[in-house]
Amino acid sequence: MMERPFAITLEVGSSRANKTGSWRTQRPVYVDRLPPCNDACPAGENIQGWLYRAEEGDYEGAWRVLMEDNPMPAVMGRVCYHNCETACNRANLDEAVGINAVERFLGDRALTSGWRVGVDRPGRAGRVLVIGAGPSGLSAAYHLRRRGHAVTIYEASTASGGMMRFGIPAYRLPRNVLDGEIQRIVDMGVEIEFGHKVRDLMIEMEGGGYDAVYLATGAEIARNAYIPAGDSARILDALSLLRSAEGMTYPQLGRSVVVYGGGNTAMDAARTAKRLGASEAIVVYRRTRDRMPAHDLEVEEALEEGIKMRWLSTIKKADAEKLLLEKMELDATGFPQPTGEFEELEADCVVLAVGEEADLSLLQNVPGLDMSGGIVHVDSTMMTSYPGLFAGGDISQAERTVTAAIGNGKKAARHIDLWLKSGGMQAGLPGDPSDKGYHQAPSGERHRIAGWGDLNTWYYSDAPATVRLKLDMVRRQSTFDEVVLGLDENNALFEARRCLSCGNCFECDNCYGVCPDNAVVKLGPGMRYEFDYDYCKGCGICASECPCGAIEMVLEET
Amino acid sequence: MAVAYRQVKFYQTGSFAVGGRLLDTPERTVQSGMTRTNALTLGHRACQGCGEALGARYVLDAAMHATGNKVIAANATGCLEVFTTPYPETSWQVPWLHSVFGNAAAVGSGIAAALRAKGRTDIRVVAQAGDGGTVDIGIGCLSGMFERNDDVLFVCYDNEAYMNTGVQRSGSTPPAARTATTEAVGDEPGNPWGQGKDMPRIAMAHEIPYVATATVAELHDLEYKVEKAMEYRGARYIHILVPCPLGWGSEPADTIRLARLAKETGIFPVFEAEKGEVIAASKIRSKVPVEDYLSLQRRYAHLFKPARRDDVIGAIQDSADRNIRRFGLLGEV
Ligand SMILES: Cc1cc2nc3c(=O)[nH]c(=O)nc-3n(C[C@H](O)[C@H](O)[C@H](O)COP(=O)(O)OP(=O)(O)OC[C@H]3O[C@@H](n4cnc5c(N)ncnc54)[C@H](O)[C@@H]3O)c2cc1C
Ligand SMILES: Cc1ncc(C[n+]2csc(CCOP(=O)(O)OP(=O)(O)O)c2C)c(N)n1
Ligand code: SF4
Ligand code: SF4
Ligand code: SF4
Ligand code: SF4
Ligand SMILES: [Mg+2]
Repeated sequence: MMERPFAITLEVGSSRANKTGSWRTQRPVYVDRLPPCNDACPAGENIQGWLYRAEEGDYEGAWRVLMEDNPMPAVMGRVCYHNCETACNRANLDEAVGINAVERFLGDRALTSGWRVGVDRPGRAGRVLVIGAGPSGLSAAYHLRRRGHAVTIYEASTASGGMMRFGIPAYRLPRNVLDGEIQRIVDMGVEIEFGHKVRDLMIEMEGGGYDAVYLATGAEIARNAYIPAGDSARILDALSLLRSAEGMTYPQLGRSVVVYGGGNTAMDAARTAKRLGASEAIVVYRRTRDRMPAHDLEVEEALEEGIKMRWLSTIKKADAEKLLLEKMELDATGFPQPTGEFEELEADCVVLAVGEEADLSLLQNVPGLDMSGGIVHVDSTMMTSYPGLFAGGDISQAERTVTAAIGNGKKAARHIDLWLKSGGMQAGLPGDPSDKGYHQAPSGERHRIAGWGDLNTWYYSDAPATVRLKLDMVRRQSTFDEVVLGLDENNALFEARRCLSCGNCFECDNCYGVCPDNAVVKLGPGMRYEFDYDYCKGCGICASECPCGAIEMVLEET
Repeated sequence: MAVAYRQVKFYQTGSFAVGGRLLDTPERTVQSGMTRTNALTLGHRACQGCGEALGARYVLDAAMHATGNKVIAANATGCLEVFTTPYPETSWQVPWLHSVFGNAAAVGSGIAAALRAKGRTDIRVVAQAGDGGTVDIGIGCLSGMFERNDDVLFVCYDNEAYMNTGVQRSGSTPPAARTATTEAVGDEPGNPWGQGKDMPRIAMAHEIPYVATATVAELHDLEYKVEKAMEYRGARYIHILVPCPLGWGSEPADTIRLARLAKETGIFPVFEAEKGEVIAASKIRSKVPVEDYLSLQRRYAHLFKPARRDDVIGAIQDSADRNIRRFGLLGEV
């Protein structure tokens, strides 16, 4: 026996002998929740994931995470209507994170730095035909190439991009940016046959030797509105106006131009008319501003540029140099009704922007397709009822945006890949969670969304959104130079760091710091933390004080 | 008045989180470090969610950090002593001396005198006690330590009652709070109204070099104050609010939230003073009514049920508002 001081009978021991974990009735567990921005992105981007890298100044890493889902960040950062920002939790604190602005910064960085992606899985080749080199076709081609498939695109026109080139004006999407991002996809080994208009898809499918087809021909027929018109009235449609602006063969519009319609196309047409020399551009729309389908931001920018709006009006008759308008009023259901009150409006030309339709004539000989409502219907794997024929983008859906078109292309590519892998037997499971760009729970289930209530916002300090500069008004009205300027590195970093990292640990050390029982083990930078269940008493402080809701308390089984 | 410590205007987590991968190391807390002392190690027997266990680790780890790991701690009887050292186990990973209930300050003074005699100016002394061991039975020894300006940092972990012996009231128990000795009965239920003992201001009256208050909710502020206190020689006093789930009847998970609410309501003013004068106070970030704080604690349940006691809640609000005026707690954060 060891010598001990007087009256000391036991050796000194550490309290570590006392496994206080046995007191626990509930245990903390680390979770990854689905950030609402990711959930809202029509292209299924892992926004929180790429912002996380951007926060560290690792822009290339951020861009690579982004590219997993969307091959056109620089385009996206300009034309996307950013549903993500509408869903962003930070809006409850001050203002939404400027996700779209950071995305553009990353996209531009990639173009100036020449970053590229390669083929992830070479040598598993199937042969896939894509019809239409718009955003949806290009996205599908990109994702199929990354998975090692050979891709050929048939494109009717002489240039790629679809509505990104022939619809969206250059002041919103500079063509060098568009060209740069398309070229990067082409460089991965995508064949594009220009001037190849598909007139009968059945013939192409039977003759081409392709294993699967992705149909992405968009919605390019301008809808008509019947207006009684005098002989000398000038009426044209918005799509041809925008298309000719792209071709630099500017049409004669006259001094005063009236645009008929309330969507984004109407806004673009009016703003383009102004740039082509019209001294006045007036949008005539039959409902009120809040009912306009055009995005608020675009209406805002149009108003700033001096575009005038006539709400609650329809065009009854068009003559040379003047129009007859009828005033409307909304009935109880919000539908516009004629009032019988008329007025005249000076106009040298009317531009119709009342919607676009898909040309479905190429599908006439494909048996059994559901084309009700003027769109091609697909199942949850993006396949039509004709085996091996997939479709997406404007031709298949009501949400007609570049972002949704890109998201469809990605999803279709995944399912085409699975379909080819299974020898044409089965596509992916419907509603497969990996259609979205977030980590998958081990169970294969979708993660629960990290809502505002899951956050402990005490820990986030106030920081208002960086506002993108707008081009000087005068310069903007007469040129096709880009209107919204980008962020520089400083404010892009600032903006990225405004992200609350909803539902995903960002290594703030809170749980490690606040545990009264030292039961959180810090594993080191990038490796997160672990609970020491031998000692964790299950008090729940770590879960309450996690800023981003990445810890959940679950009951212990007794 | 100045802000108590430099707040990092950092966009994702401000100065409030424990650490953060995006912060430079000096801007992270000691607690965020993988090599912190863990003065109190695993296996201690404090209740789930104990604010005192947390506060003591915060304080001693910061003191160790500030002194190059040269700290001796003295500890009064109370929960902190009992849950860390049931014979023959100890949770302490610093040199630590047990004293009796009322004399931690005197023991601290003694250690300081011994170190002085040995010429060891590098080793520093921290004496610590609960609110009972500080404001009640310990106040005589403590006042003497202040008066002699002994080179000791005295830390009071204020959980507002004698918790270790079963939640009896102390001179630091707030008005209207129910304890085992101030039951919620009669016209004026709970602890009777009076001034209590405002120990930080009593310490300031001794005009010692440094006095500060803090809570377990604001770690950067707490560590800043401990490290600053270690820069002085002479008597220093830090008073830390440490919620006690058992005594307060609160959820263990709410310990930090309650400490935060105590500050944000104005109930517990967080400030620092040099030589008897307040030099800085932590501003309230977003003011909330005292009810938000009271209603989370069963020791105040009688203010809400069976009948709502707006008179009492109002009186508590008035005393919070008095703190806000006295210490200038509102304004730019
Ligand atoms: C003026 C305007 C502005 C817009 N602004 C925005 C915006 O800011 N943000 C946004 O998100 N969305 C915007 N949109 C909508 C967006 O452009 C479309 O939703 C998107 O381009 C649809 O992509 P897609 O690939 O399905 O079709 P498209 O972009 O229409 O591409 C279809 C491609 O298929 C080709 N093609 C068609 N038929 C055939 C055929 N038979 N054979 C071979 N090739 C064929 C076409 O030439 C074209 O290249 C705008 C649309 C317009 C008209
Ligand atoms: C002289 C003396 N009287 C009474 C006690 C019993 N006793 C031990 S701890 C304690 C109360 C401790 O209260 P506090 O100092 O507030 O510490 P807490 O337990 O609340 O942390 C009492 C009354 C004692 N140990 N010695
Ligand atoms: S704060 Fe960040 S993670 Fe949360 S919704 Fe906004 S962008 Fe997404
Ligand atoms: S704070 Fe510590 S003891 Fe409490 S639940 Fe979390 S890990 Fe367990
Ligand atoms: S508290 Fe901080 S470090 Fe811990 S899980 Fe949450 S985000 Fe990660
Ligand atoms: S009674 Fe209170 S102070 Fe004592 S160990 Fe429990 S929670 Fe901590
Ligand atoms: Mg006490």
